[in-house]
Amino acid sequence: MFLWVIQRDLLLAMRQRSDVLTTLFFFIIVVSLFPLGVGPEINMLRSMAPGVVWVAALLASMLSLERMFSSDYLDGTLEQMMLSPQPLILLVLGKALAHWMVTGVPLVLISPILGFQFDLQTDALLVLAVSLLLGTPVLSLIGAIGAALTLGLRGGGVLVSLLVLPLYIPVLIFGAGAVEAVSAGLGASAHLSLLGAFLLLSLVLAPWATAAALRISTE
Amino acid sequence: MLKVSNLECVRGERSLFKDVNFSLEAGELLQVNGPNGSGKTSLLRMLCGLARPAHGEIRWLGDNIRSLDEDYYNSITYLGHLNGVKDNLNAIENLRISSALAGNGIDESTAYASLQKMGLVGREILPVKVLSQGQRRRVTLARLLVSDTVLWILDEPLVALDTSAVLLVKGILEQHLEKGGMVVMTTHQDINIAAIETKRLQLN
Repeated sequence: MFLWVIQRDLLLAMRQRSDVLTTLFFFIIVVSLFPLGVGPEINMLRSMAPGVVWVAALLASMLSLERMFSSDYLDGTLEQMMLSPQPLILLVLGKALAHWMVTGVPLVLISPILGFQFDLQTDALLVLAVSLLLGTPVLSLIGAIGAALTLGLRGGGVLVSLLVLPLYIPVLIFGAGAVEAVSAGLGASAHLSLLGAFLLLSLVLAPWATAAALRISTE
Repeated sequence: MLKVSNLECVRGERSLFKDVNFSLEAGELLQVNGPNGSGKTSLLRMLCGLARPAHGEIRWLGDNIRSLDEDYYNSITYLGHLNGVKDNLNAIENLRISSALAGNGIDESTAYASLQKMGLVGREILPVKVLSQGQRRRVTLARLLVSDTVLWILDEPLVALDTSAVLLVKGILEQHLEKGGMVVMTTHQDINIAAIETKRLQLN
């Protein structure tokens, strides 16, 4: 049931690959623009790398948020999901996970390669990928709340960013902080544990809030 | 089994309808009539719990549907005026996914057989977006063939259908009613569906 939702959304993403590729290329291009813009000063590049990659990841995952529920809303499939005998929370969780698999996982996989442009060391590259692995699902889960709240509103895309970006701040701070800590020779485990805690917290709370928001938006 | 009392629907400042009362037992059909904008769709959305009534209550087997939630959804199938099919998926995928979401998973051959009955042979592997309005409606209605729910709530099920499809749907509804199912529907077409009792509700 839960798996059906994930399977359905992945199948839809496969049929409409442009959505996935847009997110990925946006991420790649934004990250690549910075070394070109600020010049080949290696120390500066190294120190700004974590922040740049993380901010680009936030914006990239934001790009596709609006579509998370709106296409289902417009063609009536969301209505059908809300009438499913399964708890809406599970369905919402499935949709958020599918969103992560489509938009988050590619970012995690490509991030070490992008990190090379900033001359990050191997351990920093690894931590960058791990921090994104822990952090991007949080972005999808929190983003789902914003997407559900702005469902059916005109100009929902802008509103989503205003609602959701402030909530992304802790993830950004600790995600980028983990990489900086490793580059500075400190361990990243404290930052990563906190990211893990955010992930668990949002796994529990976000689907619940999203389901409530969906009920309000569709009434 | 389904009992509606003193239902009122308010849209903005205006009351669309109030004091709507009816009950529905096994094998009965309720046809909701009324001009455009009289609140037919709102009534049906309330019946399936998607919208909250301003007043009154809806009881299923004696319990308010608000307190039943997911248990209630096991007993109903709602087809709204949106088709609820994904444009990029084909008819079989659409049917299998929507049935699975309704808690009633079917295999590919069952899906194929129902689409065949709905007259969609040869179109079942095309993405739904290339089908005509009427054919999409048929894909949606194929869900009725595989549903195992008691109460069907249908909002204008006959829109965009040709005469042969209307007869097909009529047959499906009659079969469902004969088995002791219940149907609440709105339609602007003149159609005579055989039921133990056909109730009519006029909204204006």
